[in-house]
Amino acid sequence: MQINEGEIEKRDIFIKQVEELSGQNLFGCYQCGRCSAGCPMVSRMDAIPSMVMRLVQLGDEKVLDKNTYWVCASCYTCDVRCPKGIDIAKVMEALRQIKLRKNLNYVDIKKIDGIEELPQIALISNFRKYTG
Amino acid sequence: MEETKMIKVYIMGKEHEVPEGLTIMKAIEYAGYKIVRGAGCRAGFCGACATVYRKANDYKLRVALACQTVAEDGMYLTEIPFVPANKAIYDIEKVTPKANIILQHYPEVARCVACNTCTKSCPQDLKVMDYIQAMKRGDIAKAAELSFDCVQCGLCAARCPAEIVHYHAAQLARRIYGKYIAKPSPNLEKRIKEIEEGKYDEEIKKLKQMPLEEMKKKYMEQQKNAEKERD
Amino acid sequence: MKIPYFPGCSLKSDAAHFEQSAIEFSKTLGVELVELPNWNCCGTVHSLTTDDIMHHLACVRNMVHAQELGKQLGTNKLITLCAMCYNTLAQVNELAKKKPDDLKTANEFIDDLPDYEGKVEVLHLLTFLNNYVSFEKIAKVVKGRLNGLKLAPYYGCLLVRPEHVKVDDRERPVLLSKLLGMVGAKCVEFPYAVECCGSYHTVNLKEAVIEKTYTIVNNARENGADAIVLSCPLCEFNLDKRQKDVKAVYPTFEPMPVFYFTELLALASGKKVNVNAHYVSPENVLRKYGL
Ligand code: SF4
Ligand code: SF4
Ligand code: FES
Repeated sequence: MQINEGEIEKRDIFIKQVEELSGQNLFGCYQCGRCSAGCPMVSRMDAIPSMVMRLVQLGDEKVLDKNTYWVCASCYTCDVRCPKGIDIAKVMEALRQIKLRKNLNYVDIKKIDGIEELPQIALISNFRKYTG
Repeated sequence: MEETKMIKVYIMGKEHEVPEGLTIMKAIEYAGYKIVRGAGCRAGFCGACATVYRKANDYKLRVALACQTVAEDGMYLTEIPFVPANKAIYDIEKVTPKANIILQHYPEVARCVACNTCTKSCPQDLKVMDYIQAMKRGDIAKAAELSFDCVQCGLCAARCPAEIVHYHAAQLARRIYGKYIAKPSPNLEKRIKEIEEGKYDEEIKKLKQMPLEEMKKKYMEQQKNAEKERD
Repeated sequence: MKIPYFPGCSLKSDAAHFEQSAIEFSKTLGVELVELPNWNCCGTVHSLTTDDIMHHLACVRNMVHAQELGKQLGTNKLITLCAMCYNTLAQVNELAKKKPDDLKTANEFIDDLPDYEGKVEVLHLLTFLNNYVSFEKIAKVVKGRLNGLKLAPYYGCLLVRPEHVKVDDRERPVLLSKLLGMVGAKCVEFPYAVECCGSYHTVNLKEAVIEKTYTIVNNARENGADAIVLSCPLCEFNLDKRQKDVKAVYPTFEPMPVFYFTELLALASGKKVNVNAHYVSPENVLRKYGL
């Protein structure tokens, strides 16, 4: 595969953005897969967490088309199990924020099914994660 | 006669000299603007004259009702007579005082970040954040009470980072409060019954046909009587 | 002993029985939980990006209220009950210590309150009971016993993760078992004790929560439990109220009651469980153990 210079620059910018937002050293990841092994939501993801780590290392913005960071439940299981001490949950949050800060909400708060039965704590936490 | 002191105000960016002591609303009119949408009662009740301003050399964005606040030298100001805001549609007979009821109709209330900007933006000095927080925790009575003096000027909604429409949500809280939580008022119920039974129809009809001059006279009389009663 | 206490929105509505039982039980230990004046919603989830100070303001405001009330009461402690409130407040509190510049920014923005000095200690009630009261003392003070009631202690995520705010071992926590064991419950070990319940997905991905609840409840039963005990109103909603939805998907599913740990502590000290606050009625289980 050939990558031209403009592409490399674009990738560097994306990597830097994710690193700054998450405060994590993305290149610490050596693909052991413990994050994916313990993730409670992994079965619903179209890219497993360790794959997301690899894609952000490569600066591949297509990672934003994966559902992984939306399906993430911010349970911190990956954070506490990563042998390299990377807070993967923060990387997921960085990806969410990149979308949300462009005014691209993941949840439409005016179209919530069964809102009558939902307690405040569910709505507050959901909107925090899925609306910008 | 002492000469009136003139001050400088900046209305929508343009400098004007106006006499000291005018309200912001009068200053705007003195400067030659015709206020169409930004004035109603001229008495601090209708909320049509919401104004934002900064003083010279001050970073604070301040708020006022133009009809109630005296213009100061060096003020940069503009009226914001209208803030776009959606109202929820509901049938008050079916809206019950459940803890999450406000969130059902105004889910954006759940997005409050407790920055307190709304409270700082309220020309009525209401504890706006506190009434939003009360809604979040399902305390409708408190939300109704804290928002009672809201004039619906919309300044809070213009500034909220969570894009909440405080005053519409607060109105829902007060409606629920009035319908389901407040103790019924026997006097009010009696009067409503009287109105429905047509007790005042005749009087209203007379008033409607009264010539303007006579109506003015009657109004002044009534005002005087009310004053006497108060004293 | 009077200690500042942060309730949170749920404890003022759906989880009112959590608050009430905690206050009553604390009283029997001579601890008065004094509600913070003017507290505001904590935001429920800690904001994880490095530059998002705005979403920490809610917690910083609460920390200021705790600091000021603490000065009056002569303590720097703040007690929480809801696991989400605990976690969010504790994480922001940690941040305030680690990133003084961010704290300064927040303090400057919050110009209607005193500055937060960063000295409040945020405690979950479990930690407080363990470190400052001791479970042994509780066993002595509480006269009643839970008659061997078999419980699956469920910690979920936010009591044990992330590392810097965990109240106990993050893979095999024991605080709930120890505490409830002291008052006569039999807590079973069960592998799903620290598994996520699906959390806020309950709003837009209910199916995920249904799967989790199905697995967690069944796993609790397989390990011999008759009820689940926990400390988070969102877990409670997912594990108790959502059993209705589980049943709709899995008709053979057997419901299991869910308690807040304070309900059981209050029960042991002679108070009644408010059975109406539960979706899955605990009446049968309580009767089985003569409670
Ligand atoms: S609460 Fe909002 S709408 Fe009501 S008076 Fe205050 S700023 Fe205006
Ligand atoms: S301005 Fe909006 S986000 Fe800020 S405290 Fe008021 S309601 Fe909450
Ligand atoms: S014009 Fe009505 S409040 Fe000012």
